[in-house]
Amino acid sequence: MVEAVSLGQSGASPDDAALLARMQAGDGDAFEACVRIYAGRLLLVARRILRNEEDANDAVQDAFLSAFKGISQFKGQAQLGTWLHRIVVNAALARLRNRQRHPEKSIEALLPHFGEDEHQIDPPVPWKATPELTVQSEETRELVQRCIGELPEIYRIVLLLRDIEGLATEETAKMLDTSTGVVKTRLHRARQALRSLLDPHFRRGDL
Amino acid sequence: MNCREFTEFLHEYLFGNLPAEERAEFDKHLAECPWCVAYLDSYQRTIQLEKAAFSAPVDAPPPAEAPEELIQAILRARSRAS
Repeated sequence: MVEAVSLGQSGASPDDAALLARMQAGDGDAFEACVRIYAGRLLLVARRILRNEEDANDAVQDAFLSAFKGISQFKGQAQLGTWLHRIVVNAALARLRNRQRHPEKSIEALLPHFGEDEHQIDPPVPWKATPELTVQSEETRELVQRCIGELPEIYRIVLLLRDIEGLATEETAKMLDTSTGVVKTRLHRARQALRSLLDPHFRRGDL
Repeated sequence: MNCREFTEFLHEYLFGNLPAEERAEFDKHLAECPWCVAYLDSYQRTIQLEKAAFSAPVDAPPPAEAPEELIQAILRARSRAS
């Protein structure tokens, strides 16, 4: 199960409702308890997006401060964990936008190319079987994480938000200040590009 | 439908709510094109792999706690802000 999902699901407990009520009443110990319960999980989310420990720490701090500032308005319509998850994603994206921008890599080279006959110039080759044990192995997970890290940033972020953080298309579009159509196209391109990066490893049966 | 169109709109075939007529076009192409069958399979497995890459393994311990230094920094910042 993806951590972001479990983050949301774990927020449904009665303990969270009590914690929320105490925070809304200004109980300092409750704020500390909230940080101790959720900071580790929020840090994992921020690390995935920012890939830099210092920036991830700063994003988690931004997220908690923002959450605490708005705690009186939080009506419990979402689970506490889900609410904090959305806030840390936003905080991490804000940090990402403020980072010194590097020239964006092009995704073109990683997309399929077609000849005049409309067939792919490099025809797809079937992949070797990938049993669940292989999919879950540390080696495979590291390889896939590395390949995701090679995607151009705007595609990597859409893939993370949609497939890993489990956000809906509409929510992703809102967070990235773009349209749902752009999110859908970028997600498809990101998956195609990731497929191209994984292809040499799986077609040859390296794993 | 040709390979270019199949590849371009593959995500609609897999996840979109296509009318039966359009789905039939994709199915017809797949029945005739082993390359697109291979592409479709590897595309779906890519999604499976990326989702697994960041999920906690079944036997993983609970998520690590944040460093104490970070927790204290957050609590100090909250005190300053309030």
